[in-house]
Amino acid sequence: MFEVFSFGSSGWGDEMLMGALMTVLVSASSLLLGILIGIIFAACKLSNIFILKIIANTYTTIIRGIPELLVIYLLFFGGSGAVMYIAKIFGYDGYIELNAFTIGTIAVGAISGAYSTEVIRGAVNSVHKGQFEAGKTLGLNGYGLYGRVIFPQVARIALPGIGNVWQITLKDTALISVTGLVEIMRQSRIAAGSTHEPFIFYTAAIILYLVITRLSNILFDKAENTYSKGFVSKGAL
Amino acid sequence: MRFELMYESFFKIIEGIPLTLQVVSISTVLGLALAIIVALMRISGKKSMSIPAYYFVYLIRGTPLLLQLYFVYYGLGQFSFIRDSILWPILKEPYWCGIITLTISTGAYSSEIIRGGILSVSKNFIEASGALGLNKIKTFLLITLPITVRQALPAYGNELILMVKASSLISIITLMEITGIARTIISKTYAPVEIFLVAGSIYLIINFIIVLAVGLAERKLGTVKAN
Repeated sequence: MFEVFSFGSSGWGDEMLMGALMTVLVSASSLLLGILIGIIFAACKLSNIFILKIIANTYTTIIRGIPELLVIYLLFFGGSGAVMYIAKIFGYDGYIELNAFTIGTIAVGAISGAYSTEVIRGAVNSVHKGQFEAGKTLGLNGYGLYGRVIFPQVARIALPGIGNVWQITLKDTALISVTGLVEIMRQSRIAAGSTHEPFIFYTAAIILYLVITRLSNILFDKAENTYSKGFVSKGAL
Repeated sequence: MRFELMYESFFKIIEGIPLTLQVVSISTVLGLALAIIVALMRISGKKSMSIPAYYFVYLIRGTPLLLQLYFVYYGLGQFSFIRDSILWPILKEPYWCGIITLTISTGAYSSEIIRGGILSVSKNFIEASGALGLNKIKTFLLITLPITVRQALPAYGNELILMVKASSLISIITLMEITGIARTIISKTYAPVEIFLVAGSIYLIINFIIVLAVGLAERKLGTVKAN
């Protein structure tokens, strides 16, 4: 039964592991893109400018209220068109096709960005006002204030939330298999189709996802401990 | 923007609403029953009950819904003993596979919500009802359950929205609900933005109604202080 997972040209073992690697890569790049989007939109939500607030709120409402699959279809079918449209404005008239990895990263990044926005906004809000005032009193501004004083505190508070966003992002990447990116989901579909053994390949995929989840939990716990040094430990959770 | 196309596709896409709502409501009801069982198993204090419940929740929350759907729809059908069993008329239908998968998924997620709700019921209430002479079952039905419902309602509202969103996945196993119809129109007309706006608005309206309904229920039931 397990010879189908052998390595090399006769089995699917190495292909499945490559699929797992692709899942991790696309999840990680989507998470990073999402955090970037999250920082920008959290800044918009926290700003006093009405129009920025509206834009940020519309974005998070749409992403949280519309199925991920629809967002992925929009970018999969419309992504290249949008890029070509923008390129045309800048005078480039050729055909541009985005690869599945780029589209997948943009799509899942846009989804995870909405969740990251809320996490980061909450974290910035929970930094005590006195920290801002104390920083200003010390003559800090710009990078000095936000980079050296506020960011480390926001990072510490946001980390558990980002850990949750990572879990969601990891699972959302399964959806981009419908666009053809060969990650765990797609690879197990291909393998199941060619060997007529869907049960064991989907079981293998389940195990791979659980392993990735478990390992990333351990990593996030470590990071939380590192960032929480000097704070009261959360006890026997 | 092709407004005429949006107008035409709107009437095609709304034909998918009944299927979406049907699948969501059936699996929500079944899933709630499953969630209560799993939550009670987890807080039972017996290891033989709480450990399987813990791993069930862990397994479902740690894997993508799409994979679970493929597992039920394609994976189980591989075995001849399943194909010969009395369950096969159900398991060969994508409709029932979708409902089974969504039921299991929402069962796992909601069991955590319900568990949190039950645990938030103060011990004082339980002791007080014991002092009044109520037995365990009466205490659960008359004291714990009503408080749990109120405590868990906001989080459960979120779960309902997640269910509406999750139901879009059943379009991948050939069911023509909102997303399935939208996808078909996109691949025919190649107008992703227009169709996305139409189908997306329909989902937003459904979810908005859920938010309003849950908010109404919350106000009607009132809130209790947990302690």
